[in-house]
Amino acid sequence: MSHHLRVNPITCEAHGMCHELLPERIDLDEWGYPLFDSRPLEPELLDHARRAAQACPTFALLIEREKKPGRA
Amino acid sequence: MIPAAMLAAEPQPTHATAGAELPRLLSSSAPDRATTLEEHLAAHGELAPPRRRGRETGLIAEIDHAGLRGRGGAGFPTARKLRAVAASRKKPVVVLNATEGEPASRKDATLVTSVPHLGLDGAVLAARALGADEVIVAVCETAGESIDALARAIAERGTERHGPRIELRPTPPGYLAGQESALISHLNGGPGLPRFLGPMPFERGVGGRPTMLSNVETYSHIGLIGRHGADWFRELGTDTEPGSALVTISGVVADEGVYEIEWGTRLRALVQAAGGMTAAPRAALLGGYGGTWVGAEHLAELSLSDAALARHGASLGAGVIFLLDGAACPVAETARIVRWMADQSAHQCGPCANGLPALAGELEQLTHGVPAPAAPQRIEALAALVRRRGACGHPDGVSRMALSAIATFPDEFHDHAARGRCEACSAPSRLPLGAIRR
Repeated sequence: MSHHLRVNPITCEAHGMCHELLPERIDLDEWGYPLFDSRPLEPELLDHARRAAQACPTFALLIEREKKPGRA
Repeated sequence: MIPAAMLAAEPQPTHATAGAELPRLLSSSAPDRATTLEEHLAAHGELAPPRRRGRETGLIAEIDHAGLRGRGGAGFPTARKLRAVAASRKKPVVVLNATEGEPASRKDATLVTSVPHLGLDGAVLAARALGADEVIVAVCETAGESIDALARAIAERGTERHGPRIELRPTPPGYLAGQESALISHLNGGPGLPRFLGPMPFERGVGGRPTMLSNVETYSHIGLIGRHGADWFRELGTDTEPGSALVTISGVVADEGVYEIEWGTRLRALVQAAGGMTAAPRAALLGGYGGTWVGAEHLAELSLSDAALARHGASLGAGVIFLLDGAACPVAETARIVRWMADQSAHQCGPCANGLPALAGELEQLTHGVPAPAAPQRIEALAALVRRRGACGHPDGVSRMALSAIATFPDEFHDHAARGRCEACSAPSRLPLGAIRR
C-alpha cells in the first residue's frame, strides 16, 4: 500500500507548516502555497507527513492511501 | 442564426454511407425561432412511449455502442457516466447543462433557441434509463432568449405520464458557473463555486442524489440516438470519433456562427461552408479560452478530430474555432484572454488566485511601451507553476493556452520582449470578453 500527499487547494491558506515539518517532500511556491510531486511517500517519511497534516491550521494537507483523481 | 452546413469528412471514413447526412441536430431548425413541439415531432418522430416501471437500460448500451462523448469540453464517454450513475441504488437526478460560459461559443444557445425539444428528449431518455423522476435544465440567468425558449418548450411538453418532472433553473453568470461541481453546489443552494472534496456527482450530487450532469449538445445527440440507434449515429465521423458535433467559428470568416460538422472534417471545408476567409489568418484558437493556439501553417490540412488535433496539443473542446487575422497582435490577444480568465477565477485556490493575475501581468508587460526581456521565461514558469494546482481545471486551461501562444508566436513574443509594444497592441480585442465578473 502506498501513501501520497494531497492538498485541498481551497482550504489551504499558505501557513507553510507543512514545509516546516516535511521539507524533504514539500516546497513552497512564491506565494507560500505547497509544492510537491505525486510520488508515493517513502515509508520513513510517513510519520513526519502525518505530523505535518496534523499541524496544518486548516487541515488542508491530506495523506491518501491511493492516488485519487483530484477533480470533482 | 447561420444555417447549419453539410460538411463531410475527407478522406471518407469507413462508416460513411449514402444515407448519412448533415445537419442532424439542427435539421429541424427554423430561421430565428425555436421549433414547436409539433414541428419537432413532425421532423424527428415521436419517442417510444415510456415503460410503466423499471429502467430502460438498453439506451445506455446503445449510447455505448454509438461511442458518444460529452460535448461540454472534456469529452468523457457518456455511457460510462450513465453507468456510474445507474450503479447507485438511490433515485438519480438528470441535469442538462446549457450554461455555456465560453464567451466565443454559441452552440448551446443555438440548440436551446432553435431546437429546444431535442435536448429535452435526450434528458428525458437519460432519466428513463436511470429511473430518474426529475430533470433540471440549467441556463445562465442573463441568457433571456434561451430561458424564454426553454420555458416555452417545457410548458409545451406538459407532464408526460410516467415521465420525469422538468425544472428550469437559472444560474449565475460567469465562466465557471457551468463547471460540474460549481453547478451542483449552486443547485444545492450553495455558492456556485468549484468544490474539491466530497463525493463525485455520480455518487451524490443534487439533493444528495446520484446526478447525471451533461451538456445540452450531449443530450441532443441522445435524443437522436434514442430514435435512430447507434449504427445510424456511427454513419458519420470516424471509427474512434463517430457522429457529428456543433462548432462555433468566428474571426476571419464571412459567416461567423454555429455549424454542425462530421468528426474528422477538414477545417478548410468548414471555412468554405462559412463563406470563406475574409483575410489571411495568423493562427486559430481551438477549444475555448482554455484551449490551444495553432499556427496558420497547420490550418490548411487540419482535420477536426481530437485524434488529429492532438498532434498540435489541441482538442475541439467546447467546439470553439477562432481564426485570428494577421493584422492583430497575438501577444495582446493572449494577454487580454488571460486577464479575463484571471478575473473569472473563483479566487478559492492560492495558485490560481495569485498565479493567473501574475501571468496576465507579465503578458501585459509585453504589450506596454518598455522592453521586458525576462517576461517570456517568467510566463513559461508561471504557466507551469499553476498547472494542476486548483480545485478545478481553470488554471490548467489558462496555462495551456498561454504556453501554446509562446510556442505558436515565438517571433512576436521575442520582438515584444526586446522592444515592447507593437502598433497593433492597442487595437480592439478580436475576441469577445464580455463583462468582467467576479
